[in-house]
Amino acid sequence: MYERQILICAGTGCISSGSLQVHEALRKELQKHQMEDKVRIILSGCHGFCEKGPIFIVYPEDIFYCEVQAEDIPELVEEYLVKGNVVERLLYKDPVTEDAVTSHQEIPFYSKQKRLALRNCGVIDPENIDEYIIRGGYQGLERALRMESLDIINMIKSSGLRGRGGAGFPTGMKWEFAYRNESDKKYVVCNADEGDPGAFMDRSVLEGDPHAVLEGIIIAGLAIGSDEAYLYVRAEYPLAIRRLRTAIAQAQEYGLIGENILGSGFGFKINIKEGAGAFVCGEETALLASIEGERGMPRPRPPFPAVKGLWGEPTCINNVETLANVSLIMRKGTDWYSAIGTEGSKGTKIFALTGKVNNTGLCEVPMGITLREIIFDIGGGIRDGKKFKAVQIGGPSGGCLPESHLDQPVDYDSLTSAGAMMGSGGMVVMDEDTCMVDLARYFLSFTQSESCGKCTPCREGTKRMLEILERITKGQGVAEDIPRLQKLALAVKDGSLCGLGQTAPNPVLTTLRYFQDEYEAHIFDRRCPAGQCQELLTYYIDPELCTGCRACTRVCPTGAITGEKKEPHVIDEEKCINCGSCAERCKFDAIKVK
Amino acid sequence: MISLTINGQNVEVEEGSTILEAADKLDIFIPTLCHDSRLAPVGACRMCLVEVERARALMAACSVPVMEGMVVHTDTERVHAARKENLQLLLANHPLDCLTCEKNGDCRLQDYCYLYGISESEYEGERKDYALDESNPFFIRDMNKCILCGLCVRVCHEINGAGAIDFTNRGFDTKVTPFFDDPLVESPCVFCGMCVDVCPVGALTPKQGIRQGRPWELQMVRTVCPFCGTGCGLELYVKDNKVVKVKGDPLSLASRGQTCVKGHFGIDFLHHPERLQKPLIRKNGELEEVSWEDALNLIASKLKRLRGEELAGFSSARATNEENYLFQKFLRTLGTNNIDHCARL
Repeated sequence: MYERQILICAGTGCISSGSLQVHEALRKELQKHQMEDKVRIILSGCHGFCEKGPIFIVYPEDIFYCEVQAEDIPELVEEYLVKGNVVERLLYKDPVTEDAVTSHQEIPFYSKQKRLALRNCGVIDPENIDEYIIRGGYQGLERALRMESLDIINMIKSSGLRGRGGAGFPTGMKWEFAYRNESDKKYVVCNADEGDPGAFMDRSVLEGDPHAVLEGIIIAGLAIGSDEAYLYVRAEYPLAIRRLRTAIAQAQEYGLIGENILGSGFGFKINIKEGAGAFVCGEETALLASIEGERGMPRPRPPFPAVKGLWGEPTCINNVETLANVSLIMRKGTDWYSAIGTEGSKGTKIFALTGKVNNTGLCEVPMGITLREIIFDIGGGIRDGKKFKAVQIGGPSGGCLPESHLDQPVDYDSLTSAGAMMGSGGMVVMDEDTCMVDLARYFLSFTQSESCGKCTPCREGTKRMLEILERITKGQGVAEDIPRLQKLALAVKDGSLCGLGQTAPNPVLTTLRYFQDEYEAHIFDRRCPAGQCQELLTYYIDPELCTGCRACTRVCPTGAITGEKKEPHVIDEEKCINCGSCAERCKFDAIKVK
Repeated sequence: MISLTINGQNVEVEEGSTILEAADKLDIFIPTLCHDSRLAPVGACRMCLVEVERARALMAACSVPVMEGMVVHTDTERVHAARKENLQLLLANHPLDCLTCEKNGDCRLQDYCYLYGISESEYEGERKDYALDESNPFFIRDMNKCILCGLCVRVCHEINGAGAIDFTNRGFDTKVTPFFDDPLVESPCVFCGMCVDVCPVGALTPKQGIRQGRPWELQMVRTVCPFCGTGCGLELYVKDNKVVKVKGDPLSLASRGQTCVKGHFGIDFLHHPERLQKPLIRKNGELEEVSWEDALNLIASKLKRLRGEELAGFSSARATNEENYLFQKFLRTLGTNNIDHCARL
């Protein structure tokens, strides 16, 4: 009988900060103390708080240790497991009060979350199907097997579940389209081509709770009348792919995948297709082309995949997070699920919170929560006491919302009307030091290089928008650039073939809408208010701080700095090329920018 | 049948038709660059964007199937703005060398820029800068002029089946290339020339016609290819009684515009000084021009001297099936089975 269980996070984030070495060290240390029979070690999935990884939780006390390294293990075992003294230095410290917190329930990052899709992540061993089953796994499938297709569809419809991949299309309605299109062959496709930079919720679900997704896929197959699925995972997720393969093999062994599932007569097969890394393959029609072995380029819709999808057959495509919710809805029922969230957006959404907040990581929150709660409660506010400026929601094609939108509820419709979108749930927080023009330029450089090149507005239009933004950030903007950007952005949005092009202008449109003054400062005053655009900075020397040591004059490549020894120096703005070498060299912080 | 309204006019078309086909029935013009009725629609160039009531974004007329009660507008401010913006964007990345471009006068990009009054792009920036591919004897590939409509790629994959070219790279760097961007001559290309025929701009130029005449100076003559018995339709482009270039005839029922390398590019024999135009008979070691009657008499006299197996016949793929049939029948009546054909070699 084990006295304690230790969960060590083995998600990609914690593995890269050393959790497997921690695991090995703990194993050896327990051996040394002859405690192997008393302590059970579980390699769990992601806890979402990757920034503080490796995460190490001890049950039954629920002590949350973070940033644990292999060297800490002898002390942890000796002090805590043997003597029972909590090792305070490895506990989480509140960024504001600096108080140590023992239980993860008390950490603000977790206390406001509602973990449904992430219900098992960080809780179970993802490589053991029994742990999933003990926590109610496959009960939803078992229930669905006793239902008619249309009843399953109606259940998902009345739950109000909408697609978590970005567009928020009602899942039940999508299933019904695929169900009503009669064909001998139909496919279910799980879109696990998570491409937004910084978003990793799908990876975490696949790594931490692969059966939740498999169960959702099989239920979708039952609902639309399909016998085969493809799980399209990007090859950059090797751990997710490995755990999925393990999970599929285990489910097959248990008769949950394959012929005659649980004696129902229903048979189902799940294939894994590894994506080759094109961002656009997250777009459903490009994803289908990629599965078929074609170049990942979107196809015109209509016909929609529900009518003519994979290899021309009716196909239902759902995102990982959506399917992880499906298995839960089937188990716990529609009423339970639809009680969470808002009128138009039910349930929860996982966000990848990042940027200038104190706590970064994955958080799952009920729909309708405000941006302020996510950023200031869960995220712990802005780092270094700086001022909040904007939050970019929905990945590289999302929009930037300013402070005035902080109390806006987070749901599909209000985000869209504000010019942002739910997208995959990326959430990048920016403080006063972020230049919004430069930010728009950054996102455009991403969407431009990931444009598949098929349609004119996206291929050529994002390039020209990017060039205009580059010029503005270099101080070469002209007055016409603002209306020109506006016109071009709307043309790309209105005329592009797929979702990538139709949403790529969002960062430009929203920054123009909420931060036009910054564009104007760059263009008319040749000034970057956030002090980020190198070409627009003016370096000057603070005479109070300058000691006249002459170090700066020696590194200045253009001889722009003059002054007598031991007297304050000055920079000639005409000669200065803004290289910043002097500021790096100055030991007295006397060189400033304005 | 599906009934819909375009620009206030009602029209009925077969289910599965596209908006473009319905508009065509009403003689309503919609510009296209990537459309070809022989190929599956892709909706790539976005020139055919139209406004469909209750649709969020503009729709590509070439690929959107009609729906009952659909209300389409092809002539609105929004539609024209989108098309103009598209042309602006294409032109920003396309050389303005129409003065010497072989396609001048037969270029759809030029036609639409004329239609919408666009002489230069308002967007200045990077332009494509690729080396010409002149590796093959038949046509030049100038990817600086390519507007990436994809017609060449699709005709190569969907009709010819060679699959010699495809899109490579992404975003602004997207380019149509053979494998690994090798010269076309090292690719599986069979030089059928269909890509050249479908290119709406001057990216693919047949070498044979260069500086031989402007499109408006050429007279088009429909004919049947002389190279084999398939009977593909050809369009000959003629100036001063000289064939300058050849294209496949899309109206030919036998070939619907398909060609092979011989029919498309093998016309240099037509005006070649050494082309045989009269029968020749060797007399005293020298070839001498004679009349057809003399030539046929000589053949008949030789045939009379041969008996059965002494005789052999060899026919040509340039003859039709019917002619080849008659040829072997004729030889068999002369008592020989020694009959062969050049296509078997």
